Amino acid sequence: MELGLEVDDSRQPYTVLAVKGEVDVYTAPRLREKLVELVSQGKRQVVVDLEGVEFLDSTGLGVLVGGLKRLRSHDGDLSLVCTQPRILKVFEITGLTNVFSIFASADEAVSMSN
Amino acid sequence: MQRSLVLELDVPSSAEYIAIVRLVVASVATARRALADERVDDLKLAVSEACTNAIEANRRVSPAAPVHVEVWESPDRLEVCIEDSGPGFDPDRVASPPPFTDPGRLNFERGLGIPLIRTLVDNAAFVRKQQGTLVRMTVFGGPLDGDDTGTIYMDVSRFSGLPPLAPES
Repeated sequence: MELGLEVDDSRQPYTVLAVKGEVDVYTAPRLREKLVELVSQGKRQVVVDLEGVEFLDSTGLGVLVGGLKRLRSHDGDLSLVCTQPRILKVFEITGLTNVFSIFASADEAVSMSN
Repeated sequence: MQRSLVLELDVPSSAEYIAIVRLVVASVATARRALADERVDDLKLAVSEACTNAIEANRRVSPAAPVHVEVWESPDRLEVCIEDSGPGFDPDRVASPPPFTDPGRLNFERGLGIPLIRTLVDNAAFVRKQQGTLVRMTVFGGPLDGDDTGTIYMDVSRFSGLPPLAPES
């Protein structure tokens, strides 16, 4: 099971990380590694695009929470792009819609965050 | 139709097999029960959470032990049972996440699985066994027309066509 991770730095100072596939305990470590790598590269404003995610469980949520915590500790932020009801539902059930800023597109995330 | 076993599956305690369990259980639910797609998605997520916990529990004490999955159906419900051989736990002592207004909410990266399971299925029971835990998740919904009786037995750990296990990260 592959997890697609594509970095787009064209909207400086924002970095958009597009995730594709299923995020569970098997694939989530790759997402964690990528977020850690982005922070270590000095990225501070990260938008994680979940539009290509077909499945996300609590392990994936944990990685996103960890990424947000890591970025905030560096005076940065992590926001999300998500419009799929099945994925949004996981954030709603866990109350994380109140923790993350969630947008309908990467462009909206960048413009609303400015 | 009495309560009957429709699927029995043993998977190695390795994270890469959780996707197979999700897929197989969702296929059975879709093929045999009158459940909306959204309910099947909820069941898939609950199964994933329970399998994740079962694999972690097994790896603590008996990594070679498989995770045992059973799917039962009755006239009005589908039950998915996931059993491990781990040290067991008390589900009532699993800490709940702090409210989102609490800055400590961001320290809560784990422990969301049990609350999710409880929310996503119609009934969730956590049974402590002599060795291990049995999670029984129930969704209500009648059978599809064209009752297909019979039980599917699968032992994924004995499949020869699967690639070797990747090391846990």
